[in-house]
Amino acid sequence: MKARVYVTLKPSVFDPQGQTIADALHSLGYAGVGDVRQGKFFELDLQAGSREQARTLASEVADKLLANPVIESYRVEVES
Amino acid sequence: MKFGVVVFPGSNCDHDAYHAATDVVGQDAEYIWHKDTSLKGADVIVLPGGFAHGDYLRTGAIARFSPVMASVIDFARGGGPVLGICNGFQVLLEAGLLPGAMLRNRDVTYHCEHVIVRIEQTDTPFTLGGTRGQRLRLPIAHGEGNYYADPEVIRDLEASRRVIFRYCDERGEPTDAANPNGSLNNIAGICNEARNVVGLMPHPERACEGSLGSSDGLVLLQSVVTALTHEGALRT
Repeated sequence: MKARVYVTLKPSVFDPQGQTIADALHSLGYAGVGDVRQGKFFELDLQAGSREQARTLASEVADKLLANPVIESYRVEVES
Repeated sequence: MKFGVVVFPGSNCDHDAYHAATDVVGQDAEYIWHKDTSLKGADVIVLPGGFAHGDYLRTGAIARFSPVMASVIDFARGGGPVLGICNGFQVLLEAGLLPGAMLRNRDVTYHCEHVIVRIEQTDTPFTLGGTRGQRLRLPIAHGEGNYYADPEVIRDLEASRRVIFRYCDERGEPTDAANPNGSLNNIAGICNEARNVVGLMPHPERACEGSLGSSDGLVLLQSVVTALTHEGALRT
């Protein structure tokens, strides 16, 4: 079973990379692009008996390692 | 007394720290591989600079789970002096021995240069030989040294005098121009509540000999020698 974990900087945390990407897009003429926030995406191949188990396992590894709660938050999606 | 220099796969300032502790300061030192669980009788632990575990995921994120870290955490909780330099500071943050986290430098550029930091507090084992306001010229070499913590954590760090080093200009003013990475409040180094664990981004161990451009970093190593060899040195 596959789970996807999206890790992003908390809204209150400045994102220098996202800002640089936004600046680059603006200089390329994309005036319609506003703020850009860069994050991380993980695809986990899990051995789990149910989607709920998979979600619990993915959340556990996100809490333990994938995200740093001081600056980041995460969202889990389990493939159906 | 003996320095223990932890070596993670990807550490690259371990030899600098060992050289400074032995050849320059004249103390014993021993490397401690990250899979060791014994600290080999070290009196002070140095987590050196580098790119532990390739800095994959986040700086220090994987290193904090190295077997040696449980022993380092026990040593720190028992009051043993621990110094985290650059990547070592990042490991201390990830391990929760110090509060906060590192973001990319605000200009998204790796900075390799000399900066000036000001000693803010001298009641730690690594600064007791210095004076408050003393300026040190030290090298930095990092891409993720932009210190961040929640506003209440920053307030607490300031109120409890746990900001130990601050980036400043030549006159000792902590200006924005003197801040190389965007760290909140120009923070270059902090300590824990018990004040025995200190982390900083600049490299004092690379600034212990005049032939290297600066010997201002010596005060950190000499301070901890004094702290460990003179009973009551820290209580002054």
